Amino acid sequence: MILIAVISLGAIGAIGAVFLYAASKKFEVYEDPRIAQVQEVLPGANCGGCGYPGCGGFATACVKADTLDGLLCPVGGAPVMGKVAAILGKEAASAEPMVAVVRCNGTCAARPRTNRYDGVKSCAIASTLYGGETGCSFGCLGYGDCVAACNFDAIHVNPDTGLPEVDEDKCTSCGACVKACPKNIIELRKKGPKSRRIFVSCVNKDKGAVARKACANACIGCGKCAKECPFGAITVENNVAYIDYTKCRMCRKCVAVCPTGAIHELNFPPRKEAAPAVSAAPVKPAVAPKAEAKPEAPQTAASQVETKEETNQK
Amino acid sequence: MLRTFRIGGIHPPENKLSAGKKITALAAPKQVIIPLSQHIGAPAQAVVKKGDPVKVGTLVAKAGGFVSANIHSSVSGKVNKIDNALDASGYKRPAIYIDVEGDEWEETIDRSDALVKDCTLSSKEIVDKIAAAGIVGLGGATFPTQVKLLPPPGSKAEIIIINAVECEPYLTSDHSLMMEKGEQILVGVTLLMKAVNVNKAVIGIENNKPDAIAHLTKLATAYPGIEIMPLKVQYPQGGEKQLIDAVIRRQVKSGALPISAGAVVQNVGTAYAVYEAVQKNKPLFERVVTVTGKAVANPSNFLVRMGTPINTLIEAAGGIPENTGKIIGGGPMMGKALVSAEVPVTKGSSGVLLLTKEESVRKPMQDCIRCAKCVNACPMGLNPAFLMKFTVYKDWEKAEANYIQDCIECGSCSYTCPANRPLLDQIRLGKGKVMGIIRARKS
Repeated sequence: MILIAVISLGAIGAIGAVFLYAASKKFEVYEDPRIAQVQEVLPGANCGGCGYPGCGGFATACVKADTLDGLLCPVGGAPVMGKVAAILGKEAASAEPMVAVVRCNGTCAARPRTNRYDGVKSCAIASTLYGGETGCSFGCLGYGDCVAACNFDAIHVNPDTGLPEVDEDKCTSCGACVKACPKNIIELRKKGPKSRRIFVSCVNKDKGAVARKACANACIGCGKCAKECPFGAITVENNVAYIDYTKCRMCRKCVAVCPTGAIHELNFPPRKEAAPAVSAAPVKPAVAPKAEAKPEAPQTAASQVETKEETNQK
Repeated sequence: MLRTFRIGGIHPPENKLSAGKKITALAAPKQVIIPLSQHIGAPAQAVVKKGDPVKVGTLVAKAGGFVSANIHSSVSGKVNKIDNALDASGYKRPAIYIDVEGDEWEETIDRSDALVKDCTLSSKEIVDKIAAAGIVGLGGATFPTQVKLLPPPGSKAEIIIINAVECEPYLTSDHSLMMEKGEQILVGVTLLMKAVNVNKAVIGIENNKPDAIAHLTKLATAYPGIEIMPLKVQYPQGGEKQLIDAVIRRQVKSGALPISAGAVVQNVGTAYAVYEAVQKNKPLFERVVTVTGKAVANPSNFLVRMGTPINTLIEAAGGIPENTGKIIGGGPMMGKALVSAEVPVTKGSSGVLLLTKEESVRKPMQDCIRCAKCVNACPMGLNPAFLMKFTVYKDWEKAEANYIQDCIECGSCSYTCPANRPLLDQIRLGKGKVMGIIRARKS
């Protein structure tokens, strides 16, 4: 009896095997074996920072593309792209390493609270309801949507300042936090030589006096930095300064003239006259120039306001 | 058996503290702030500049598009500046600041109390007058009225439904208006009927206002075609689609306009504004606002000029009570906590509600126990628990497939949830995202 069962099951199995073999040959889809090879060397984080759906999508795009120009795995950076280029026999595009930068320095101390929010702790939801717990409706809300979006544990909200801080060693510049931030505060900027960079840590578009009232560290759009910059890297638009990192040559003159300390310098060696400890955390510029420049600030802000109104009326 | 809408709904405590209070006109404050975005659609464009003298009723901003509305000065005086001002949206947006001097009205406005019943204007002229007066839906959604009165080609209005249900707890501004301006409202309704060329109108009033029902029913005998329909008390009956279902037993398809069911719905306050605009040449620059709250000394209904800071209203009602936790602009269900007591009254301000600390506190969120109370409460037949989940997981395709875009943001789900889950907070976010995706796909 048992023999019949073994033989019949064996026969069914054999027929099935033949059928499956034939089907697999007939309906075979050719996949470039290099896709799997490329995918092997990619980090496998599936973060989407490259702009493709996951590492598989990026690998396919690399294999299909004629050149690797414009294709970059921000997580792996140059080493990984080198490996990809070696597999495909193509030239790897050289790309400057980037890093996420939080452009708000409205710490709890600098931005007085005007109200309290007790809804869902989500920046996306809070920003649909109102401008935030302080007088500044452009600044960081601090509920950590960027932290939740980061796949690399590279951004955390500092409980003392209420602001997110980027861990430069972990940040892969995938841009997930940039997309998650409803206030468009986070920007990907050139990491810079020795990780040194200068940026305006404020996005407040209010007029100078209004911005200043809401936050002691706000950019008031006075334009001193733009005048000071020898390279024309700074533009002031909508009452807020912006430093073009492709033009900036790291002379730090703008940092010294900023009356509110909105321009931050990172990872520079200490200056001679003032020597605050330099760390990875955003460093406030030397105190001395801030105090000097203060009396002039309101005047500059006022003239700014007037010109703005004139253009409005036109 | 009284009618109501057939799907979902809740019945929160009514707390109509200011019911039966006469409408008191508040004097204009020293300065008014008139936001340029007081309506749904494009912001209006200012037509005055710094230093310009204005009178009560002077046009200060022109409609900025098809879906937009004119804005008129609510006071006489001088334009101080045009600058950003914090408004009920919680953001700083452009507004006109006017310093008040005296109280001089435009000569064209008929300031007498006499009732003007006859109107010889054609329907187009009526709609044009409504558009010129800057009238928007005064129930709170602030959709420009003239747009609603011009049905898209191929659709035909059969009936005007007047929304006088005032289903939001606490609010009594419509109620007080019906008691004091009943005749004017009925004339306004006949004007609306003429504007869209129909001969039938129904005024839906919830049964918790028996005095208003009796008053209007008595008056309506002189106005052919207008019927007063008492409705069962059920929130959110003031929703356009809910009211159509309650009154004419028709449902509006997902994504369709109410006109597809043959109905044009207007708020009772809007009907009064239409009367004033067409018969008295008076643009929309003042409205009735309820100031209320359990701790408020004197809950009242005020006739307020647009742009008056709400703390002026609160002062008139006895000041901010000591243990106030939140100040809500609008009613407790759909209203929004205000960032500051200095935000101005706008066309959409139906009430100011002061909640005590105990009332305003949010209880901690717990896990969903799948009790389906929110599903039973949803007046649109949606599944709020799932929609919240789809939003949290950013699954926009599923959210759209489950009609998140049909949510009317009434808050019944959050109100009824025993686990205090912030259903509406999340769904509102998801709805916004999905609407954006749909718009991007269409264009």
